Amino acid sequence: MERLQVRRIQTDVLIVGGGTAGCYAALTISRNSNLSVLIAEKANIKRSGCLAAGVNAINAYITKGHVPQDYVDYATKDAAGIVRGDLLLTAAEHFNEVTEDMERLGLVILKDENGDYVARGNRNIKINGENFKPILAKAVEEAERVEVLNHINITDLLVEDNRVYGAVGFSVTDEVAYEIHANAVLIATGGAAGLYRPNNPGFSRHKMWYPPFNTGAGYAMGIRAGAEMTSFEMRFIALRCKDTIAPTGTIAQGVGAKQVNSRGTVYEKHYGLTTSERVYGTVRENQLGHGPCYLQTSGITDKQNEELLKAYLNMAPSQTLRWIETGKMPKEQDVEIQGTEPYIVGGHTASGFWVDTNRQTTIHGLYAAGDVAGGCPQKYVTGALAEGEIAAVDIIRRLEENREEWIPSDPAFLQENANRTLLEYEKIRATEQPAFTIEELEEAMQKVMDEYAGGIATGYQYNENQLQLADEKIDQIIALTDHIGARDMHELLFAYELKERLVVCKSLIAHLRGRKETRWHAFNENQDYPETDEAYYRYLNSRMRDGRIELIWRDIVKEGEYEHTN
Amino acid sequence: MSIRINKDKCIACGRCTQVCPGTLISLKDEKANMDYPRDCWGCVSCVKECPVGAIEFFLGADIGGNGSVMNVTSEGDILHWNIHKTDGSIETIDVDRRNSNQY
Repeated sequence: MERLQVRRIQTDVLIVGGGTAGCYAALTISRNSNLSVLIAEKANIKRSGCLAAGVNAINAYITKGHVPQDYVDYATKDAAGIVRGDLLLTAAEHFNEVTEDMERLGLVILKDENGDYVARGNRNIKINGENFKPILAKAVEEAERVEVLNHINITDLLVEDNRVYGAVGFSVTDEVAYEIHANAVLIATGGAAGLYRPNNPGFSRHKMWYPPFNTGAGYAMGIRAGAEMTSFEMRFIALRCKDTIAPTGTIAQGVGAKQVNSRGTVYEKHYGLTTSERVYGTVRENQLGHGPCYLQTSGITDKQNEELLKAYLNMAPSQTLRWIETGKMPKEQDVEIQGTEPYIVGGHTASGFWVDTNRQTTIHGLYAAGDVAGGCPQKYVTGALAEGEIAAVDIIRRLEENREEWIPSDPAFLQENANRTLLEYEKIRATEQPAFTIEELEEAMQKVMDEYAGGIATGYQYNENQLQLADEKIDQIIALTDHIGARDMHELLFAYELKERLVVCKSLIAHLRGRKETRWHAFNENQDYPETDEAYYRYLNSRMRDGRIELIWRDIVKEGEYEHTN
Repeated sequence: MSIRINKDKCIACGRCTQVCPGTLISLKDEKANMDYPRDCWGCVSCVKECPVGAIEFFLGADIGGNGSVMNVTSEGDILHWNIHKTDGSIETIDVDRRNSNQY
């Protein structure tokens, strides 16, 4: 097998991941500076990331009569206090401006007769977001000084003395490796799915809520480079339509359907209405033998029924196909619901990179935005746009206004780093008869996480003994990944996706072990410590030093400016 | 859940291979080929991208599918979502991209 051809590229700003946050950051830099930008995207920015199928509401918006602080207060309460006030407030201050910008770019938003956006609840507005991502991608493609490299997978950051200088990756389709040198790097790779055995582990294993292609790449490269992470133990478990794993908010908020058990009892009021309590209630009702659980849609009007069918086509078409295929419409039959497997996703909970108010990570020159950035739960789509913008503005300030230029003190060290990564690609490509396939090891990892780290199998519950076993078993699987092989570039991508997920699993287990309380039912359901303990009203952070994960406890940060002290 | 590509209809334009968020489709022997059917997320980006309606989306039997398939044909801003049922009938829902969701 011939070695990969190596292409070396120099840019001012490298953006890893061309999803919502990455694209908007590129757009912001193009509009406000002369800096060159390179987006490295492992698929194609037209439909990559969370919004591939579309999205049918803006769920983080400051509606009439509200102020950004209201949003901070809501998200703080929902996360039982473990949020960053500074990150939530700065994101919320941008929600409406980025929404209006998306409308200028072509996004359709529902308006009333006065031309005002129509609210869905206190924080949401209604849109047609089927083509949200193509609209954003088109704007990026037309932006000056922005180059997009589609189908390039970044695996490792080039870091020396806690300062980032670029990244290394490879083409998913051609036998080419990339060494990219940059003055600033923005990680916008999204969260992590596929850590746990999914709801549908067979043929439809990827019919999951979160994109199965978001594999925690950004977390993994940050962890390996020594960046500080926060709140991984605040996992996210979504409440979704059974089988299709389609969103439920459109039904719950759109037509006001309540959560009922099989006896017809509205159970949601017994467990509380926070995001995690809604999942927990559903799990408990099933454990008590009261399942299945449903969203009570029977009796909605013909018009509501028709609009629901259309709304789902714009974000989760499998649900519409399901209704039509079975011939049982939501107006005739309640919609069965279930909890998903747990994910790590900073757009919904607080897990991700520990960043300062400007979204710079603890590695100098390395920024994080969107689902990969922690501390700012329920930021959703507008929050990803907002964080992309906030990070971009700070990058411009440093590189263009302050003319910060960083010269590596030891360029040979960086080159050795890059070469080591390139050699690892060659080793995996050269392994012809691996003991286990990548798929087999992925299944092994998901089984361990499911059974010992609080997956669907245990109703999301775990205890310390189980977590210790999970940790040992994940170590065994990591050891086996030293011998995996890839026959083509796409299999090399699969190899790295597995390796990334295993790195995230290790950190996740360490975080679950660290928080010796149960603060968010279902999200962290610690059976050794089933109550909330105010001594744990702190952030649990972590970083890797010499291959070991260190835990760091930090005090709660309120609204205002937060700077790293390292 | 996954997609099937009707090779008779496929014109090998390659648009689906470019747009899939998992890069799961490639051109093989002058036709689009779904290389990893079990890895499909079901976003239907390819189904909407196909200019000749050659890509059919279906639900796997493990999530309740009974063999119906869905494809999309579009005229400007109107998307025709065509559901071909197992009894041979076709049900079409038209969605106008210029209209917002109501919920």
